[in-house]
Formats: sequence, structure tokens, C-alpha cells
Amino acid sequence: MSKERIKISEDLYDIMPSDYQDLVKSATYGKEDRGWKDIGNSKELIEQHSLCAGCPESMAFRYILASLPNPEDTVMVGSTGCTSLVFPMVAVHNIHSLFGNQNAIASGLKRALSVRFPDRVKDVVVLAGDGATVDIGLDMTLQAWFRQEKFTTICFDNELYANTGGQESGLMQKGFVAKMAPVGKLFDKVRLPEIARESGCHYVVNCTVSKPSLVEKVIRNAVHIAREIGPTYLQLYTPCILEIGKNSMEGLQEMRDSEKPTERFAYKEYISEPAKQLLAEMAAKDKERKAAAKQLAGQA
Amino acid sequence: MSQYRVLPGPEHFLPPAAASMGVYLPNPGEAHINGVIAPEEKAYEEAARQFLMAKVPTIFPGPLVLWAWNEKAAKKATAIRHLYNTLKECVQPGQKPMLIPMPDYRPKYPKINPEVEINPNHPNLTIWHNKIDCCMFVGVHCHQANLSLKIIRGGTSCYTIAMCAQAGHEDAMLSFRDASVEKIMKLADWVKKLKGTVQPRLATAKNGASS
Ligand SMILES: Cc1ncc(C[n+]2csc(CCOP(=O)(O)OP(=O)(O)O)c2C)c(N)n1
Ligand code: SF4
Ligand SMILES: [Mg+2]
Repeated sequence: MSKERIKISEDLYDIMPSDYQDLVKSATYGKEDRGWKDIGNSKELIEQHSLCAGCPESMAFRYILASLPNPEDTVMVGSTGCTSLVFPMVAVHNIHSLFGNQNAIASGLKRALSVRFPDRVKDVVVLAGDGATVDIGLDMTLQAWFRQEKFTTICFDNELYANTGGQESGLMQKGFVAKMAPVGKLFDKVRLPEIARESGCHYVVNCTVSKPSLVEKVIRNAVHIAREIGPTYLQLYTPCILEIGKNSMEGLQEMRDSEKPTERFAYKEYISEPAKQLLAEMAAKDKERKAAAKQLAGQA
Repeated sequence: MSQYRVLPGPEHFLPPAAASMGVYLPNPGEAHINGVIAPEEKAYEEAARQFLMAKVPTIFPGPLVLWAWNEKAAKKATAIRHLYNTLKECVQPGQKPMLIPMPDYRPKYPKINPEVEINPNHPNLTIWHNKIDCCMFVGVHCHQANLSLKIIRGGTSCYTIAMCAQAGHEDAMLSFRDASVEKIMKLADWVKKLKGTVQPRLATAKNGASS
């Protein structure tokens, strides 16, 4: 894994648009401890986005892309929805699947990559909306977990179908009235994190994206556990400010309000026993690495 | 043989894939011009002639040559630069050769900058913006090249050339196959050879890219 593989042909370097030159010069491909703190100091893997101004999905994208442990060897699988408008601006390989099919596509992709590149770590990460994950794609989501497919599923939960103007989704709260769901939701928010655990996911987290350091931690854990053990699931609250009638600058507060201990996005985590063991091993290695680096710095 | 000819457009909104009209690909050592199989030598001459006739002859290098995947890719990039420099040396005042990259295939929305790049999902934007009337694709994966070539044929009057590393492109007006450093250099030689013998289209300004 290294930036060595990402080089522009010398004789055509000058004609490459500057965003590609910047990616080659200062993106964090190949950097072992890449994370959210690189934002602002290096070229981000997202160029610009076409989401509504202030949409928390844009924050989530930036933190996730900064935190993927292996971006040059990661393929992201997206689905139709607001997220799909961002992928064209993302400098990580990605596939747009037919709405709802994302976990089926990712299953085949991950298996094909393991056959084609047996000696190289290739991560697959699904990123889709709640409509794609929980409603139309629920079959594909669950079947991939039952089969223990080794990839991460991330759901951007904005509690409705945002891209098509606000229809009811399984993850919508009971009683909520949306622009195109005027009767109000008649049943409870589907408890997908619990379902994920029962379906065989080894790491499940339900949280908001208000804290970049937390997003970094859960992304790293989810990708590493999926790589080594089995399916992982992250449900991230990325409120649709447009549909809930908030201003551009109010998304962060909405997330903070919704993550209070009694609220529906209070931090919730499940880790299977083998995954716990892996995380402990990773933490021990990390400690060793840091101690060695400190010693080296002391000698210098 | 098919009666269909792959000609500069604008053909219409969804021009047919040339293959569906019975146009087939050249065998090794051959090329095609307007969908008719031709000896490769004739294609070099015709491609060089089209370049020298154009107001804005343009090379569109794609990801297979822009990125230094391996030594071969880097050498092709050098050859492409040489072809571009040769074009600049051989054209007459008023002609403006261009070298515009297609760095990848992302359907970049909401916009691309047509001055500095071309995108296979809306190549017409770059062609219209720069008034390109003859272009050559090189180092573009086949399916993206075919998509792009069809869009160009559909919406512009630009003459398209494909320097294809595989079996050629029936959707281009002229296509080489098995592209190599040598073939790109040979095309540059042909441009040099025809220098001063081809009348540029400058006078008939209307013949350029149209929208
Ligand atoms: C097979 C299929 N069915 C329906 C649609 C229409 N459609 C487009 S986006 C969308 C809703 C997306 O909702 P969600 O997954 O929650 O993503 P969001 O836009 O909220 O981020 C729907 C139903 C489609 N594109 N394809
Ligand atoms: S509609 Fe909602 S989810 Fe979609 S970009 Fe706008 S604020 Fe974000
Ligand atoms: Mg949604």
C-alpha cells in the first residue's frame, strides 16, 4: 500500500488539472495513521459536493474519506440517493449500484477482489441511504450479513427518502410527518442496529457524525474487523436539514441534540468476541509502534 | 458490406452504435476509415491530413497514458507529447492544436472545466467550448471511448480518430488498432511529411464544431 502506485506520466504532468496534481502531491494515500486531523493539512479525497449547503452528509463524507485505512485499495459501493451525487467527486474507486442492490454488488466485488488480488488487502465499503439500506435493499443488506460477507456497510440515516423529496422510510421516527408522507409514520423506527447484531455483524455502531474523532475510530474499527473477521455495520445520523426545516448552520446542533443519552442516536455499540480480540491486538500493536517512535525521537 | 458510414455529425441525439449498423473492426495491420476497412498506411495519411486541415486539432489522452501505471504507459505519454509538439510545428497561423486530458471517467457533476479537461460522459462540452473540429482519443478504455465517440458524433461535427490499443473503435471516423509508441511516432512522421501540403479549413469557418 503506497502512494508509489499513483503517479502521473511525466510528459503529461503539466496538462493534468490541478486537483489531480494535488492528489498526487499531498493526499494521504499510503499514510498509515491517516485520520481526520489531516483535513486542512493535506489534499482531501473529496473535491467538492453537490449536496445542500450545510448538509451533514458532507461532513460525514469528509471524515470517512479521511479515515479509511487503505483508500488506494478500497472500493466503495454507493446507491441512489443524495450520497450518489457526491461519489463522482470522490478520489476512491467507487461503483454506483442499482438502488437497493449495494450489498449484493459488494458481496460479489469483495469475493472477486480476493480471487484477483490474493496477496493484496482490498477493502470494500458500502455507503448508502436509509431507504436503500433498510427498505428497498433490506433483502440484500440482510443476506450479505447472514452469509458473513467481509465488508462494511455504512448507512447514512437521515430518516427519510431525501433525494426524492421526503417520503417515509423504515428508519423514520414514529409519528413524523414529511413533505411526501403527510399522514405521519405509523410504526416505530426499525431497529436495524439490533437486527445487524442478530444477523451476524461483528461490529455495530449507531451514532451521529458530530465528532470527527469518533467517526475516525468507528470507521477504522469497522473496516479492519470486516477485513479480518466478517460483516460490520455503522448507522450514522446525517440529518436532512432541508426536510426537517433547519438552516445550513443548524445540522451540527441537530446531531448534538439527538445523541444525548436518552435520544435515539445515543452512542450504541456492539462488538463480537473475535472482534474484541482483534481490536485488543490492534491497540497493543499501536502502542508498540508509538513507543518505538517515541524512543527513536528521543535518540535523535 | 454495411452501407452505413461513420461520418462527422451532428448525427442525432442517439446515434446508433456503428457495430449495430454492420460496421466491423479491422484485422491486425488494418485500420478503418468511416467504417470501411483500409490499409493502415492509408489511415496514417488520412489522420495526418485531418489534423492539418483542422482549426483546432486536439489530442485527448486518457487514463491509460496519463497515469504512469508502468514503463510502457510513460513511454506512450512521451510519444503523445511528441505528436502534439509536431502538430504545433506543422500547423499554419490561425490553427490551434490542443492537448486536453481525460484523467478519469467519473461523471463529474455539477461541472467540469472544459478548458482543462474532457469527461467521457459529456465530451461535447469540451468540444463545443474549445471549438474542436478534429480530435484523437488515445489511452481511453474501450467502453468509455465508444460512449464518448457516440456522444461526439451525435452532437457535434468534430472528426474523431481513435488510436486504440486493442481491436479498434468502429464508433470513430478513423481508427487504428494495436496502438504502440511506434504507431504514435509514425503518425507524427506523417504529420511532418504532409506539412504545407494540406489546406486548413480556416476560410470555411462554419465547418467547425457545431452545437
Ligand atoms: C430501483 C429504484 N427505485 C426507486 C428509485 C427512486 N429513488 C431515487 S433516490 C430514492 C430515495 C433515496 O433515499 P435514501 O436511500 O434514504 O437516500 P437519501 O436521499 O435520503 O440520502 C429513491 C426511492 C430509484 N432511483 N431506483
Ligand atoms: S436533501 Fe437533505 S440529505 Fe439531501 S443534500 Fe439536501 S440536506 Fe442533505
Ligand atoms: Mg435517507
